[in-house]
Amino acid sequence: MSTRDDTLFDTSEITVSMGPQHPSTHGVLQVKLKLDGERVLDAECVIGYLHRGVEKLGEAQTYGQFVPTLDRMDYIAAVSNCLGYCETIEKLLGIQAPPRAQYIRVIMTELNRISSHLLWLGTHALDIGAMTVFLYAFREREEILKIFENYCGARLTTHMFRIGGTQYEIYEGFQDQARKFVQEFPKHVDEYETLLTENRIWIGRTRGVGVISAKDAIDLGVTGPTLRGSGVEWDLRKAKPYAAYSDFQFDIPTGETGDTYDRYMVRMEEMRQSTRIVAQGIEKIPDGPIMAKLSKIIKPPVGDIYHSIEAPKGELGYYIVSDGSTQAYRARVRPPSFVNLQALKKMVAGHMVADVVAIIGTLDIVLGEIDR
Amino acid sequence: MDFFIDYILIPLIKIAIIMAVVPGYVAVITLAERKVIAWMQVRLGPMRVGPWGVLQMVADPIKLLLKEDIIPARADRWVFIMAPVICLIPALVVLAVIPIGPSFEIFGRTVTMYVTDLNIGVLYVLSISSVGVLGIILGGWASNSKYPLLGALRSAAQMVSYEVALGFSIIGVLMLSGTLSLVSIVEAQKNAGWYVFLQPIGFILFFICGVAETNRAPFDLPEAESELVAGFHTEYSGFRFSLFFLAEYANMLTVAAMSVTLFLGGWLRPFPTVPALAFLDVVPGVVWFIGKVIVFLYFYLWFRASWPRYRYDQLMKLGWQFLLPISIANVIVTAILIVVLGDKG
Repeated sequence: MSTRDDTLFDTSEITVSMGPQHPSTHGVLQVKLKLDGERVLDAECVIGYLHRGVEKLGEAQTYGQFVPTLDRMDYIAAVSNCLGYCETIEKLLGIQAPPRAQYIRVIMTELNRISSHLLWLGTHALDIGAMTVFLYAFREREEILKIFENYCGARLTTHMFRIGGTQYEIYEGFQDQARKFVQEFPKHVDEYETLLTENRIWIGRTRGVGVISAKDAIDLGVTGPTLRGSGVEWDLRKAKPYAAYSDFQFDIPTGETGDTYDRYMVRMEEMRQSTRIVAQGIEKIPDGPIMAKLSKIIKPPVGDIYHSIEAPKGELGYYIVSDGSTQAYRARVRPPSFVNLQALKKMVAGHMVADVVAIIGTLDIVLGEIDR
Repeated sequence: MDFFIDYILIPLIKIAIIMAVVPGYVAVITLAERKVIAWMQVRLGPMRVGPWGVLQMVADPIKLLLKEDIIPARADRWVFIMAPVICLIPALVVLAVIPIGPSFEIFGRTVTMYVTDLNIGVLYVLSISSVGVLGIILGGWASNSKYPLLGALRSAAQMVSYEVALGFSIIGVLMLSGTLSLVSIVEAQKNAGWYVFLQPIGFILFFICGVAETNRAPFDLPEAESELVAGFHTEYSGFRFSLFFLAEYANMLTVAAMSVTLFLGGWLRPFPTVPALAFLDVVPGVVWFIGKVIVFLYFYLWFRASWPRYRYDQLMKLGWQFLLPISIANVIVTAILIVVLGDKG
């Protein structure tokens, strides 16, 4: 750009406001782009359009009441939100959910991870212009949502678990339905891959786009598939096992270069691994109670606690300060999307407008979680 | 009287037919597009309006016509109003030279299946169709808005670079047939066979460039909805928007018809050089022509359902570094072969 002869033509940078109403900012994210023609010079994220004061609500509601509110954060992965919070409070109370509940939690959370990744895949591909993957992905997501609906009556904001275990026993035919799903799903993942993985346009649009090195990713606090795409093998399910994850066999896929294509491959493989976990879970789900012995009114002892789980988008952490009453003194959430979004500025620098869309897609953000 | 009938009445009727058929075709193909893509995507597509949603093609235009026509306050008013018209008129005018069938006799008069047979038909199509891009550029510019501007810039760059390769990809056919008239090109294929067998590379290049020229997936960058909201027509609504739409689909028809005329023998039956297949001539030429055009239009929809979108710089690279050199090489090789083999084909 330094070679440009400004005497001939008067050129100027233009500032384009991408969002908050834009088809592919995945909600109400606003990105202020400074453009030189099609090239992005700088990007600034503006967030807060979906702020609902979730953390403050956590101080006004009792521990039990707060759980359904959390479903509205990352509404794509409501089950993970629920699991993280319930485990945090259980830890604060010093109790543990019974093994059967733990297994139900793992199965449901992994199904939710698959559905979250499917939604990511569909929208990411749609952003890059491949329409059909979106509808294929939603076809399989529907099967998962049906399982959720049968289990707890809700499809999206499920409020699936309770502090101390789960509310509902698994329904009759659950195992058959889940088994059918895990048998068929890997074939569908292959199907998505036939549309994208070796497509020249897809490779062209994702290889070398939005590269983030392992060091940068760690420095920015990026977690989840975005971090693993850069080659860092960090997954809380293995690093700090929670729920019943230590009983399960699964691999952590990692990428090499940290570009959009690697993150795509990581998530595709994660879907297969999650299927593996679900398959193991439904075969060896133990008998027993689903709810720990717990007083009706939850009053944790005075103190504070931080607990985090591997949500589909990265590390989802809860920091709860208890003053010994029925409501939290402070309920802080560490949402993965919020932290991952920080990487956007670094990833888009020097790329083109079309890449910004691809990079927002590959970060897999949900604004409900960022703004809370 | 004869002069009046031959030179005014009959052409006017033909023009009226084109003007009536094209919007009708657009209505049908928009529904067909939704249905075909829906079928590829394991869903049903529009089902609510009429049986199997067939009345959707009536409902859509009605909706567009009844919508409020918004002109942004800061738009360049006259250019904004003219742009869709500039876009649409060339798209319709081009169809004048495309022969859709052999001439036939009616009331003792020979009637041709084209409005006019220009001796520079190919050049006419190329030049008129490239006027259409002006409408897109003006529309994007006049909107006085950033996304349309970006869309217009993309469109300008894209059309200019693909026009070159498009032109070169046809030259092989022109050398083989030795004429620029579309009717004569079809006639020449009667003896030489479909040119797609003699010019396979030229054919593929022509179709790729044609898809790029019409801004269709995977080259739909000027209106890339996930990047530029709606590209050059972001600020357009109602009927003006539908004119852009009409132009886009009419251009698709042009490219398909040109591909058929230049490479697939126009109204000729398959393998016109093989006498054994003469029984296929029972089917009228028009049917062959329309059938072939439908196949091409189907390809358009198929592309759209299967492929992601190119990026701006990749599109330029593909055009200049890949398609253009190959099309030039194709011209040279064809020329050498014609000289060496000594006859046309």
